[in-house]
Amino acid sequence: MGFLTQRRDRQLAAMQAAGRTVGRSLWQDATRRFLSNKVAVGSVIVLLLISVMAVFAPLLSPHTMEDFYWEYILVPPTLENGHWFGTDSNGRDMFVRTFYGARVSLTIGVMTTAVALVIGVTWGSVAGFFGGKIDNFMMRIVDVLYALPLLFFIIILVTVFGRNIYLVFIGIGAVEWLTMSRIVRGQTLSVKQKEYVEAARAIGLSNLVIVRRHVVPNIVGPVIVFVTLLIPTTILVESYLSFLGLGVQEPMTSWGTLISQGAANIDTGPWLLLIPGTFLAITLFCFNFIGDGLRDALDPEGR
Amino acid sequence: MTRRLLQVENLRVHFPVGGGLFSGPRMLKAVDDVSFSLGPAETLGVVGESGCGKSSLGRAVLQLIPPTAGRVIWQGEDLCRLDADAMNVKRSELQLVFQDPLASLNPRMSVGAILREPLYSFEPGIARSEAEDRAASMMRRVGLRPEMMNRYPNEFSGGQCQRISIARAMISRPRLVVCDEPVSALDVSIQAQIIALLRELQAEYEVSYIFISHDLSVVRHLCHRIMVLYLGKLMEIGPKREIFDTPRHPYTQSLLSAVPIPDPRQARQREQKLIEGDLPSPLNPPSGCVFRTRCPHATPLCLKATPALESTGSEAHQVACHYWQDITRDTHTEKPTGE
Repeated sequence: MGFLTQRRDRQLAAMQAAGRTVGRSLWQDATRRFLSNKVAVGSVIVLLLISVMAVFAPLLSPHTMEDFYWEYILVPPTLENGHWFGTDSNGRDMFVRTFYGARVSLTIGVMTTAVALVIGVTWGSVAGFFGGKIDNFMMRIVDVLYALPLLFFIIILVTVFGRNIYLVFIGIGAVEWLTMSRIVRGQTLSVKQKEYVEAARAIGLSNLVIVRRHVVPNIVGPVIVFVTLLIPTTILVESYLSFLGLGVQEPMTSWGTLISQGAANIDTGPWLLLIPGTFLAITLFCFNFIGDGLRDALDPEGR
Repeated sequence: MTRRLLQVENLRVHFPVGGGLFSGPRMLKAVDDVSFSLGPAETLGVVGESGCGKSSLGRAVLQLIPPTAGRVIWQGEDLCRLDADAMNVKRSELQLVFQDPLASLNPRMSVGAILREPLYSFEPGIARSEAEDRAASMMRRVGLRPEMMNRYPNEFSGGQCQRISIARAMISRPRLVVCDEPVSALDVSIQAQIIALLRELQAEYEVSYIFISHDLSVVRHLCHRIMVLYLGKLMEIGPKREIFDTPRHPYTQSLLSAVPIPDPRQARQREQKLIEGDLPSPLNPPSGCVFRTRCPHATPLCLKATPALESTGSEAHQVACHYWQDITRDTHTEKPTGE
């Protein structure tokens, strides 16, 4: 730490000597702190690699996820026959299937989190900012929805509309925004007490402008951290839904589906469980490390 | 009393507090029946203990919290009757400066953006270059280098933040600025600079101040007239000199005797009139005169009747006490024997 601050001081001195004024916003500060966190930066790199593989591996591989190779059933991982991650009990290439699963799992993670983010931030900041009866009404709706068990909700969706990947999006998104809205509401309650919000009122800004320009930017820190924790949660939820047979449908696959099939074949083909399980675990770890790094970087006390 | 800039009549601000399933909310009378007026380029000091309704009064005048009753007449127009849009037009003339210098600036906005925001709000369609020029000249005016425009509030000291806050309030050229304890969070040396700045700006822009403070020595330097509040009620109001030299209300007298005197020899000679006890709950204020529970002169009359505001010798000096004449006579007879 010592040499870092020294180096920063030298940089500052150099910039001032060059006659420039040093404008360090909170964001620049946070970026600098995040970049000095090696574990978090490493996690970002690993996640990027997995994402790139998820996009390109199924395109570049000679196999597709649906091809059956009857002569290669339950082949363990090897470099000799082109099935680097082995094959499953139907003779399908695990390398392609693993990264195809990554596509589905990461998409579900990011998409449902985006849905939860938009609904949760809007709902929570409006409830917190306007307070009173509006707040009471909006948060009671959240309470009621909280009482609805996720599994029950998704089973109903599946029985009514049939199995469909978008139902998983809707189902998880509909539940995960609730916690987000509570966090945002709490943060909004504390931010709206701040005097700069009153100053904004005194210059005649409308409520919506105040929420957009003065409230939301100041609650962004905790929200970002929660997002990085929400993505792995939704990936996990998807995998247990798929494990129970409520998620994605064959021949499409996801990490959850692969793990459930691997668990069924654990004595004949342990790699079927180990490979997707390892990727899922690495991804979850990465998101958690990034979340930790962001939390430390955005903490104003660390300034 | 003609041609007053601001005239506040019987202003009341009551907040509903609590209220469960079976009981209605109780009313907290933050400001109760307060009237005063303010002329151009005049400074009115508002003093009192914490929780006496000073801040609520200032915010109610600016319509930042809706008054429960009463009138706030600004240049002949009752602000309480304006709708939100009409009020927002008036807001360029009515600004405020806060106590906490850092909390009053949005940490995610650069100083330049903070200063330009009022201009964009009050003068929609203003060119960006003009807004930047005016922000820069305002920064220079309050003693900050315009090159610091792109910095963020966390890079400034408390005194500098307060200068930014003052610049934001002044950039729309207001006629009235409510200063809510603007120096009480600052070091003494910085306090003097900020007060000097407020004074210069008053001379330059002919702005009036409502200066809220619990520090009488600060009020003494800046204010023309002083108003003393206790539990939301007006106790005494008058020109600064009269309030400091001949305070009529026992509460004002005790407040003044609590001001520290730097010279210990003088301080020892001074007659201390400290009041005892704590501030009663504003939810359950005493009947009659609200100050009676801590007043050394209280009689059964004070329990029954609320004292009205009476003019003392001069028209401008008014006091709300049944016995102000007796108390004045006592202090006048006491003084020669005490010395």
